[in-house]
Amino acid sequence: MKPIPFEYFAPTTVEEALEHLSNLGYGGKVLAGGQSLIPAMNFRMARPGALVDLNGIPELAYIKPTADGGLAIGTMTRDSKVEHSPEVAKRFPLLPEVMPNIAHPQIRNRGTFGGSIAHADPAGQLPAISIVLNANLKVLKKGSERWVKAEEFFLGPFMTVLEPEEMLAEVVLPALPPRTGSSYQQVSRQKGGYSMAAVASVVTLDEAGKCTNARMVMISVGDVPILSAAALRILVGQKPTPEAIAEVAEIAASQEIDPGTDIHATAEYRRHLIRVLVRRSLTTAFERAAK
Amino acid sequence: MTTHTIKVKVNGVEYVREVEPRLLLSDFLRHDLGLTGTHVGCEHGICGACTILFDGEPMRSCLIFAVQANGHEVTTVEALGTPEKMHPLQEAFQEKHALQCGYCTPGFLMTLKPFLETHPNPTDEEIREAIDGNLCRCTGYEHIIEAVKLAAQKMATRS
Repeated sequence: MKPIPFEYFAPTTVEEALEHLSNLGYGGKVLAGGQSLIPAMNFRMARPGALVDLNGIPELAYIKPTADGGLAIGTMTRDSKVEHSPEVAKRFPLLPEVMPNIAHPQIRNRGTFGGSIAHADPAGQLPAISIVLNANLKVLKKGSERWVKAEEFFLGPFMTVLEPEEMLAEVVLPALPPRTGSSYQQVSRQKGGYSMAAVASVVTLDEAGKCTNARMVMISVGDVPILSAAALRILVGQKPTPEAIAEVAEIAASQEIDPGTDIHATAEYRRHLIRVLVRRSLTTAFERAAK
Repeated sequence: MTTHTIKVKVNGVEYVREVEPRLLLSDFLRHDLGLTGTHVGCEHGICGACTILFDGEPMRSCLIFAVQANGHEVTTVEALGTPEKMHPLQEAFQEKHALQCGYCTPGFLMTLKPFLETHPNPTDEEIREAIDGNLCRCTGYEHIIEAVKLAAQKMATRS
């Protein structure tokens, strides 16, 4: 057998799961879809002493509209459900654009929306998407609840603000204002593979065509998804010109990222990709916002 | 290490077994139940050889623990057809030479069965998308795509 031995708990309610996590402390780990955790365990890179399996808790899997026109997505909602949900496509077209890039159909049938965010892979798409869509994350532990902004959730590669006895229960995506456009651009060696670099943008225009908001997040070029300050600073308050977008791309590529070199790409190549992908992503997002 | 009793329906047959939590579903099917049609390739979710249907949906059996199958239904390639009465997909794979060594074939078949049920007349693009999680090191995929189109025709004629 590939993984090391571990204890296994299969709670059927959230309360029961929190009770287990509280008892286990650092010895416990949440098992959501397991499409990243189980490979890591098969390689024995991850060696949790006990797993608390959330798959038997139906109350954690849902996509619900919120009062303000946004959506609340339960942490155990399968990626393929998010990918094919008309509710999601109507409110957040960025999500069905991103989802087909996440591994393969068989993996998305099992992998979960909240699990991917909590896993915090710096090359993962959903942590970055949670930031660019300004998500609020509901974190539970036995007897208490707290909310964390997605942009404050990620601390480093595979590290989040979650304490061992806590779990991510829900992802709330606030409604997007009218005249908002979004775009996801990535370069990877093969479909479904990790990106060498990727950029997600969400921009809003006013009636006169001036930019009122520009959120842009870059993936695989640092320890965590990087929210661009330059996009906001340079674009907001003016009409989005190709020159302004090029300036954002230049600053993002040269100052805002900290790419590494690995078997797939050099740091320099990743900077080049960011320069190109930022331009493509912002240009497309503004075109969509103007429609 | 504590073992757990699981009750799982595989290819319509209910099994009750004692398993260690770390036993992968792929190994459970092959070693405990003797259903060696499910193949094991990379064991980290890349190759797709171990694809089975879990409650009707294609998933990687190497990325699910057997203990998690408790109360669920699993379908393996053994349930697809028999040598006497093959599934249209199996016939089409044979006729179009969509396999050579055959190692990846069970995974392709279990991915494609539900796909053809929801896409009775698929385009080449849809077929390529559907099989992008299955690696074949022999065929170069063209024969597989031809076979899927033929299988779709066969299924349309029969229904």
